[in-house]
Amino acid sequence: MKKIKCECGHINPEGTVLCEACGKPVEENQHIEGNDKKKLLNMRYDGSARRSLTYNRSIVDKTWAFFSSVKVGIWLIVIALIASALGSIYPQEMYIPAEAPSRDPAIFYEAQYGILGKIYYQLGFHNLYSSWWYMLIIALIGVSLVICSLDRFVPLHRALKMQSPKRHKNFLSRQRLFSETVDGTDEDKQRVVESLKLQKYRVTEKDGNYLAEKGRFSRWGPYVNHIGLIIILFAALLRMTPFMFLDDYVWVREGEQTIIPGTDGEYLIENKKFTIEHYDESDERFRDALMNRDDQVVKNYQSDVIIYKVNEETGGELEKFIEDEIRMNEPLKFDGYTLYQAGYQQNEFTNMSFKLYETEDANEAAIDTFTVDLTNPEEEYELENGMTVSIEQYYPDYYLENGEPRSETNYPRNPAFVFLVHEEGEEKPEVSFAGIGKNIDPTGENKYKLGLADFTMHNVSGLTVRKDYTLPFFIVGAAIFMIGVIQGMYWQHRRIWIQQDNGTILLAAHTNKNWYGVKKDIEKAIVDTKVNMVVDQQELEDEAEAEASEEKN
Amino acid sequence: MSDLISISSTALYIAFILYLIATFFFGATIRDKNKSGTADDGNKSKAATIGITITIIGFLSQVVYFITRWIASGHAPVSNMFEFVTSFGMAMVLAFIILYYMYRLAVLGLFALPIAMIVIAYASMFPKDIAPLVPSLQSHWLYIHVTTVSLGNAILALSFVTALIYLVRQVDQKRRSKENMWLEFIMFLLVTTVGFVLITSTFNVMKYEAVFEYPQGENVLVSKYHLPAIAGPNDGELLTTGKFEPLFEAPAWMQGADAGRKFNTVIWSVLVGSILYGIIRLALRKRIGNAIQPLLHKASPDLLDEITYRAVAIGFPVFTLGGLIFAAIWAQIAWDRFWGWDPKEVWALITWFFYAAFLHLRLSRGWHGKRSAWLAVGGFAIIMFNIIVVNLVLAGLHSYA
Ligand code: HEM
Repeated sequence: MKKIKCECGHINPEGTVLCEACGKPVEENQHIEGNDKKKLLNMRYDGSARRSLTYNRSIVDKTWAFFSSVKVGIWLIVIALIASALGSIYPQEMYIPAEAPSRDPAIFYEAQYGILGKIYYQLGFHNLYSSWWYMLIIALIGVSLVICSLDRFVPLHRALKMQSPKRHKNFLSRQRLFSETVDGTDEDKQRVVESLKLQKYRVTEKDGNYLAEKGRFSRWGPYVNHIGLIIILFAALLRMTPFMFLDDYVWVREGEQTIIPGTDGEYLIENKKFTIEHYDESDERFRDALMNRDDQVVKNYQSDVIIYKVNEETGGELEKFIEDEIRMNEPLKFDGYTLYQAGYQQNEFTNMSFKLYETEDANEAAIDTFTVDLTNPEEEYELENGMTVSIEQYYPDYYLENGEPRSETNYPRNPAFVFLVHEEGEEKPEVSFAGIGKNIDPTGENKYKLGLADFTMHNVSGLTVRKDYTLPFFIVGAAIFMIGVIQGMYWQHRRIWIQQDNGTILLAAHTNKNWYGVKKDIEKAIVDTKVNMVVDQQELEDEAEAEASEEKN
Repeated sequence: MSDLISISSTALYIAFILYLIATFFFGATIRDKNKSGTADDGNKSKAATIGITITIIGFLSQVVYFITRWIASGHAPVSNMFEFVTSFGMAMVLAFIILYYMYRLAVLGLFALPIAMIVIAYASMFPKDIAPLVPSLQSHWLYIHVTTVSLGNAILALSFVTALIYLVRQVDQKRRSKENMWLEFIMFLLVTTVGFVLITSTFNVMKYEAVFEYPQGENVLVSKYHLPAIAGPNDGELLTTGKFEPLFEAPAWMQGADAGRKFNTVIWSVLVGSILYGIIRLALRKRIGNAIQPLLHKASPDLLDEITYRAVAIGFPVFTLGGLIFAAIWAQIAWDRFWGWDPKEVWALITWFFYAAFLHLRLSRGWHGKRSAWLAVGGFAIIMFNIIVVNLVLAGLHSYA
């Protein structure tokens, strides 16, 4: 590998822009950071060599250089930004409202939003965030994060390690903050140094040259936060695997005991009671707000449940494990599982009792009654006098479509039956249709009628079942990210060089952020000395440019 | 109870007036002699000291508003548009106070306070009733999340304020250019927001109400207009007698509850805003930016640029914490998923991407100064989009009703 020897004697690796030891610009490499066209030096990584800027031959080099470029990183972020915005123009498929006339995406988007909606759907934007290309963009950001961090890790480490107090004059005078004090004394210099120490600067010395430094660790902030991001992306990847992440849903009726899905039959849940509470309209606090609404405002959704565990040792006996309440914002956690209050169904029918009576009987005196368990109806019911009633058809959630009876769902929300009534000795049974408020004799010749005598009802709780082993990864990633950004943003790496050159004091300073802060520090440090305040050479450059453009006009 | 509520609204009112007075004191610093514009260079400016003192008293008064309303309602006042936007305005004042003590830049008050006032006035146009919390909002995370987001947004918004000052100072006003047209457009939007506040308050005082009925899917809905209808609901019918018939109907593609009414409000605001803007232009005889520019000669552009960057650097972690991390924790507890791609979440992510891009651009040469300032303006546009459009329009699309 080609090495570059500086006049101070230090040997620099190939691609070095500013000598690692004394900071003198390496003549032939000034184009790399664009220093050749400017007065001020680009202080990125103090001009140490970077792989991506040094090698540029093979495919690997080119790929490396591509992904380590901040420009590419920014483009990826901007593309992700635009793509994300596109997905919010119309609702994503999962947010198609439940009341929409049709929830079929092929119909919904066109019906609601016309031709643009149709295009939106055809481009697959209704599931944008799980599309392959969106995930690819995010994955590319991940790749870019890894490579750019690796590319810069070594140069940054080198740059931070080799903090020599003795710098080339050319290096100092091309810093943004710089001053020369012609008749400065040694005492002045010492004063400044002492004052900087008081301001918590770490001072190092070599041959009477000083470097005061503060907040170096903040330079690692971006790397720390990028590691956090990489962990988060990794967690997102893990979450796509089934064994790290369980997402299920269970409906439980009041009084029912059922296996919790996803627990391999290890746990059962019993729903004791489901409650909805509403805000009291006479509550003085909310009266104005409640008066302006037609509907009631819900205060609480709650399921009172018991969790049972199957005991393998006693041959599958149920043991009461937890008894608790599940509310919104207060999920129930046990053994790595979490149950969330996610839905409900009010007023489903539990049982219906029917009575059989003679059509002629004006009093409708019951010959006998029987009770149908609506979640588990029997095929046939035997009655007192040798008659039987069998269920020919059961519509748990009855409605009429084009004159045909149908069931909208499988839940007993509006049960209706086609019964067959068999009289002892009769060949042919009578057909009877019965439901809520319905009692129909299709032939008009029936001898017996069936009427609804009684019913009981219940509520149903809908609970999400989750087991998510990826959460700790997300939490750790997010925590590391926050530590990294705070480290990088709320502290800055400030460096002040003080050097004496034949009675002239050279003062130069650099920071990666917050130039105002360094200037204040220097102002404080030079009080009561002859040392001149540093001049902000960027401001001078700005003014020169402004004047130049003024003249052009 | 109602005593507390009236104390609360009085405190907010007092805060508003104090911010207004403080603005005049900051305005007076313009005529101070020192060059750099920071109050602690050279002689300390008396006007600035009085200005910041009044600002702090105003802020404390707003804290009284916040606490009394919290006690009265039993939950932190961050749960509806009025409360949320007010808290954003309040956080802007707090962010201004912090940045003032960091940089002692008086001219910042001259811009930050009026913009915070516009935000608070805008918030006051929404219903102020204390509403009960639906179950999904009943969580401590509601106010942990919302207050952090507000503060993060506010600090980021201050980068817009300094960017605006920077642009007014630096953009060449001698001839028409794209740059000063855009700058003037920002001024126009600010004036339009004032127009919205004026026209809404006027008709509120007159207690104007016209009820419309309009079809939505298979339902017939009712919309209450508090401004005379220029644009009525699509296929709507005026039920209240003796009120103005609409001049035209909102186009059918505008979906969601009250789409017509919201469209009507926008039309009124732009109308009144244009008239106001026209009057101002006639009085000044030049662009607003052009008129303000000479006042800013003292402010150092490099310092403004640095504060813009610094505000983003400080605001970005706060926003990340509140807008993404706390939001995710709450979503995990309340809705069983920490991320669900709903429009609010998506726009928080967009905001975050945007400022991440901003920070990375600042790492390279050539993105300081004007470009940086325009980016800060863009970031603020995204924040306001998330607060206003996503809440009122996109969320409305999704709630469908
Ligand atoms: C959404 C994703 C990203 C976020 C949130 C993020 C965040 C950050 C933050 C906060 C900083 C500190 C900036 C400063 O101190 O002013 C930073 C620095 C940096 N980022 Fe990223 N970043 C992301 C993606 C990327 C990507 C894809 C690249 C790839 C090129 C990249 C390259 C860098 C570099 C080179 C630095 C400067 C490191 C240094 O100063 O030593 N970032 N990033």
